[in-house]
Amino acid sequence: MKVLVPVKRVIDYNVKVRVKADQSGVDLANVKMSMNPFDEIAVEEAVRLKEKGKAAEVVAVSIGPQQATETIRTALAMGADRGILVKTDQMVEPLAVAKILKAIVDAERPGLVITGKQAIDDDANQVGQMLAALLGWPQGTFAHSCEFAENSAKITREIDGGLQTVEVKLPAVMTTDLRLNEPRYASLPNIMKAKKKPIDEKSAGDLGVDITPRFKVLKVSEPPKRGGGMKVASVGELLDKLKADGVLG
Amino acid sequence: MTSLVLAEHDNAALKDATHKTVTAATAVSAPVHVLVAGENCASVAEAAAKIAGVEKVLLADDPAYAKQLAEPMEALILSLAGPYDAILAPATTTGKNILPRVAAKLDTPQVSEILKVITPDTFERPIYAGNAIETLQAPAGKKIITVRTTAFAAAPEGGGAAIQKVAAVADPGLSKFAGESLSKSERPELTSAKIVISGGRGLGSAENFKLLDAIADKLHAAVGASRAAVDAGFVPNDYQVGQTGKAVAPDLYIAVGISGAIQHLAGMKDSRRIVAINKDAEAPIFQVADYGLVGDLFKILPELNEELAKRGYT
Repeated sequence: MKVLVPVKRVIDYNVKVRVKADQSGVDLANVKMSMNPFDEIAVEEAVRLKEKGKAAEVVAVSIGPQQATETIRTALAMGADRGILVKTDQMVEPLAVAKILKAIVDAERPGLVITGKQAIDDDANQVGQMLAALLGWPQGTFAHSCEFAENSAKITREIDGGLQTVEVKLPAVMTTDLRLNEPRYASLPNIMKAKKKPIDEKSAGDLGVDITPRFKVLKVSEPPKRGGGMKVASVGELLDKLKADGVLG
Repeated sequence: MTSLVLAEHDNAALKDATHKTVTAATAVSAPVHVLVAGENCASVAEAAAKIAGVEKVLLADDPAYAKQLAEPMEALILSLAGPYDAILAPATTTGKNILPRVAAKLDTPQVSEILKVITPDTFERPIYAGNAIETLQAPAGKKIITVRTTAFAAAPEGGGAAIQKVAAVADPGLSKFAGESLSKSERPELTSAKIVISGGRGLGSAENFKLLDAIADKLHAAVGASRAAVDAGFVPNDYQVGQTGKAVAPDLYIAVGISGAIQHLAGMKDSRRIVAINKDAEAPIFQVADYGLVGDLFKILPELNEELAKRGYT
């Protein structure tokens, strides 16, 4: 089974995001970028499937600017076999991402797609589900654990009430939640090896997908600020304040 | 102009998230129809019919929808989507699982987790863990939307909508339910509780979370947790508050032993009052807290529990 792992280059998890003064977006100039953390979990799971002999090949694909090659190299250093970069300098909305991925799936014919449940930049949580629908495949979203058989998979999902297990036919799309695994750090020898692994470059046009944005972003603004509060000296004082504020019955 | 709202329920009870989504739907495109899909869920449809502003309830009562799996739900919603100007679902794990499939099949982009309806085609939504708010205009045509329920008031009771049965659609047969393990609690639900008390890594163990339970019982509060506490196995995943867990906005949020990573703040900073209890006076949680208590939580929690008892909270 071939496993396809879409990975997104996003602003690093630890960076404090700043909104641009002209409200046109967030400031990405000279900001550290990394692989979306949920996609790292996806790469890890795919590589583990390969190590267990359940996957024959792991292909990492990223849609983004030339620098997204670095994100693909990270996946290759973690153990993916080859990469595909769909190069574009424009913002690609989730539906267009799903269409690009569908075109790649049609060409590559993987038995499984694993990707993050959401990207930590737009927080949309859409691509995996959209891709599954466009392909007519089942999905196991927000995966907590998984078990693969010949033609099916049992995926345990993190849901609002606890955990739910679904059995899906393969091929399928799985999206990762935080507890699925702990991604490995790439070792130096593997980083060196990754430099020799092939990365194919394509454009959305090559794949016949129109990525013109459908939404119009009118502005990006700062959220309302919470004023820092005060320190209280005792639980008694705390309860008095809360009572006076009307938040304690 | 009509919108369709996907009801959040467990076949027995209609969840508050539905009422909040109805409020958002009314602002996008009124009147509102509510789809109740489940098994033996007639009582849920009756509850939905009582929501003010709901004109009609569509009831799809069939074993195929017992667990609202994404694949049969996609087929069902697509069979009904035609006449609607907008289709909305609460941004719960159910809504997030199903709605993007519907959007993709309708070739319509989805607006996730709206915070505000500015005009029927313009919305505010959080990006970057709520560190920025995006205002975007959706293209002409159907609107497909998930709703951050904490940002909308619940539509009141007082309606008397008709209930119309709708036929099940052939199950694509791609998936089946294979079990669940749900947290059982007598306490209010995390996302709709008036008071939430959450613990972090500072609690140190699953055993120590019981310190929060005693206080939660007295305040009729829900218990939540930071990602660190869930990752450490102190509590199950459904306790997690934050960017990728649950968003809560209670009247009172008490953060105990939580440092205040931006990913956690994303899920609770819209609470009316925030209290932080932490031994590190420099912890970022104090920057958003209205009231901070600096000290050892293992000393403060028993004191708080005792003080509440003294004041008659039982």
